[in-house]
Amino acid sequence: MDRFVFLTFDGLSRGAVYAAFALALVLIWRATRIVNFAQGAMAVATAYAGYSVSAATGSYWLGFGVAVLAGIVLGTVTERVVMRFVDHSSPLNEVVVALGLVLVIQGVLGMIYGNEFRPAAAPFSRDAFTVGGVALLSRFDLFVFAAVGAVVAALALLFTRTDTGLRMRASAFAPDVSRLLGVNVGGMLTLGWALAAAVGSLAGMLVLPTELGLHPNAMDIVFVSSFTAAVVGGLDSAVGSVVGGLVVGLLLSYVSGYLGATVAPIAVLVLLVVVLLGRPGGLFGRSAARAV
Amino acid sequence: MSAPLLRAEGLTAGYGAAPVLHDVDLDVVAGSITAVLGANGAGKTTLLRTLSGLLPATGGRVALDGRDLRGVRVEEMVRRGVAHVPEGRGVVTELTVDENLRLGGLWRRDRADARRALGEVYELFEPLARRRTFHGHQLSGGERQMLALGRALVGRPRLLLLDEPSLGLAPRVTAQIMRLLRTLRDRSGLTVLLVEQNVRGALAIADEAVVLSLGRVVTRGTSIDEDLRHAYLGF
Repeated sequence: MDRFVFLTFDGLSRGAVYAAFALALVLIWRATRIVNFAQGAMAVATAYAGYSVSAATGSYWLGFGVAVLAGIVLGTVTERVVMRFVDHSSPLNEVVVALGLVLVIQGVLGMIYGNEFRPAAAPFSRDAFTVGGVALLSRFDLFVFAAVGAVVAALALLFTRTDTGLRMRASAFAPDVSRLLGVNVGGMLTLGWALAAAVGSLAGMLVLPTELGLHPNAMDIVFVSSFTAAVVGGLDSAVGSVVGGLVVGLLLSYVSGYLGATVAPIAVLVLLVVVLLGRPGGLFGRSAARAV
Repeated sequence: MSAPLLRAEGLTAGYGAAPVLHDVDLDVVAGSITAVLGANGAGKTTLLRTLSGLLPATGGRVALDGRDLRGVRVEEMVRRGVAHVPEGRGVVTELTVDENLRLGGLWRRDRADARRALGEVYELFEPLARRRTFHGHQLSGGERQMLALGRALVGRPRLLLLDEPSLGLAPRVTAQIMRLLRTLRDRSGLTVLLVEQNVRGALAIADEAVVLSLGRVVTRGTSIDEDLRHAYLGF
């Protein structure tokens, strides 16, 4: 029982990061119908920038802020310079371009920083508090929950309570109609990419200290788990991505804890297949057919 | 006769290499309703899409109040006073009635008047006021048309480009919408360019009619000649 409680808290903490990363994928998918396969590599690139600043200044938080800002810049540049010019006639084009971006980013990171693991420090202790002999949560876990909770709440407010959020949603659902109503649809797309990349960077900064450290490929597995989370939740649903993230986090934690860490990646793929067979639109997705 | 609010000269446009509109001249007088009539494929929708800039013209010019509209971006047109309600009504079905209507006034600097205009639309379309929190996909066809029209009115346009408002609607609802357009013209001097398949309904309220066939204007005037009616409109 003690072990179950520990694994549950550990799973929720990891799941919160997957939730944030999946949310970033959903943001771009909803706005552009593109799965941003480069998101993991983009997050690593911004984490390198953040940790470089931390190392130079001695301030973790300054580096943290730089990583998120770098996400905004990288997201903006990716949309404005690359994705905007991709031919949208086949969905495969965007996938290929995104995978190409992954290779470029990882290659450049390897050239600048080398291909060995570098330490990624955590701002808070990762030692778990024990209550009645059961290890529950560390300070860092609490920080992860607070950061992801704040981001989810801020995005929810942005999309449901502000004019900009309304413009972004309208641009995603009906670009032509939105333009006729004076909405700068191109600008909204860029804003969507910038926000998504910033959320991805934040998720990277939250997950890297719990992994082996900084490495150009450090987010590859995280991307697979988060992509699964987004698909399980239904790619169109922001709520679904958060729930999907927590489900994947818990599943990984239980499987690693009871069956061994080597089985965990297989469990994620099994979950993906089961959900796609049972509910192809994901747990929170709406049916694919839409009355016009 | 007053100067035209909208003037198109030699307008040519189309999709890919094949032009759909050939050399179309059109004058729309301020405060009038002009009906654009014609069979399927005559180029009516293409004409509206070209006028609002959704489809770039390949030749000719369009002017609003004498000011050239060439090179004006689609997003800019609403600021010039042009509202285009596209075919199929263009309601964003994923958004609520209230969000759709707010969307119509987001571009406006005068936030207070945008709110006032929204209130007026709710007064004008009582069924919408009762369904503020409903999503677009939960509305009937008639309600969606009201919503699309209301959303355009929130922007207080000078020129309304209306594409087939009667499409798929019951005759009673169509008649209501036609009456409303006449009322808007009479009360607020709204100028309407109305594309319709429902010829009788459109002619009943139009001050002028233009008949398109295969992308060319074949006749225009305040009454449509009987021979042309037979030839192009089928009654």
